[in-house]
Amino acid sequence: MKQLPALARVFAYVSLLTVGGGMAAFPELKTLTVDVHKWLTLQQLIHLYSVGQLAPGPKMMMVVPIGEWVAGVAGAVVVLLAFFGPTAVLTLIVGRVWNRLAEWPWKTSIQKGLAPVSIGLMLAGSLTVAKGAVTDWITATVALGALVILLLRSVSPAILVLGGAVVGALVFLPQ
Amino acid sequence: MSDAAAKPDVSVADIFREFLVIGATSFGNIVPYLRNSLVVKRRWIDDDGFIELMSISETVPGLNAANIAVLLGDRLRGLAGSTAALVGVCLPGALVMYMAGIAYHIHGERPIVTAMLKGVAAASTGLVLATIVQLGQKSLTYISDFLFVVVTVVAVNRLHQSVPRVLLSVGLIAVLWYRPRQKSAQRNP
Repeated sequence: MKQLPALARVFAYVSLLTVGGGMAAFPELKTLTVDVHKWLTLQQLIHLYSVGQLAPGPKMMMVVPIGEWVAGVAGAVVVLLAFFGPTAVLTLIVGRVWNRLAEWPWKTSIQKGLAPVSIGLMLAGSLTVAKGAVTDWITATVALGALVILLLRSVSPAILVLGGAVVGALVFLPQ
Repeated sequence: MSDAAAKPDVSVADIFREFLVIGATSFGNIVPYLRNSLVVKRRWIDDDGFIELMSISETVPGLNAANIAVLLGDRLRGLAGSTAALVGVCLPGALVMYMAGIAYHIHGERPIVTAMLKGVAAASTGLVLATIVQLGQKSLTYISDFLFVVVTVVAVNRLHQSVPRVLLSVGLIAVLWYRPRQKSAQRNP
């Protein structure tokens, strides 16, 4: 229970860094939850993130189980509110003034400038994940395979994730 | 709001229900599901409006799906609509992950689970990279864009700078680089 304020602080802060997508905040999420607060291991964080790919709705619902592990139902609720609340308020405000910004020349500059930086942040986040997830040539093949298939064909990502589970079960299960 | 189009008559309960369905049935990239449901099926917004909501969502922090829910909910029914949309789109995934987290805690150490998760994590890595490649194809145009991507990645992964520091410094430089210009509106590639 005494961890609730820390949960609220960490996830509100991390949510403000999800520019372009949840992945952008991953390096910071890793630093705070794994290194600073030791709520879980990097391996567990990557597992939760990966399992989250199979859940419906917005990605990054993996923040919920982190809250649950640390402080039960209350932890899960606090994390949800902290992760979605502040950015929702911010979005609401920007959405309401957006039309008034139409003539403001810097609006385009901000959009153009933030686009490559947010892609860079997401790439940096996915490399952080890759460092923990791609550890040998088999996992490298699975990752590369999923990447190529998705770029060439329109397949449901969930199928590929399940395919990864099957490959994992066949290859990595100790006999 | 200077919305020219008449706002459709939608109740807060309608908004909640529609976003709940999207939140429960969308897998992978959620944006096509949102568009299909809100633009094509319900006609709560037209394509131009949807693209505008997308560009706001990508500029402010927060997950795109959550931001679109907040923005459209607000345009339809103000604060109540906004809250209903956000809760609706988040609830199913949050419940699924809540239960998945408990199951993982109980069974996560089993060899079969560990083996499967290794494959799942690898596939997810490919998935995220594919999303980034597709995003890059859409929004990286100039050499300078690619340069900003590289500088950002190196700063975070090699120099171990914190995300906010990189966001503020590289972001500021990038915004200034694309600052409004009087004479030449378009910069050469």
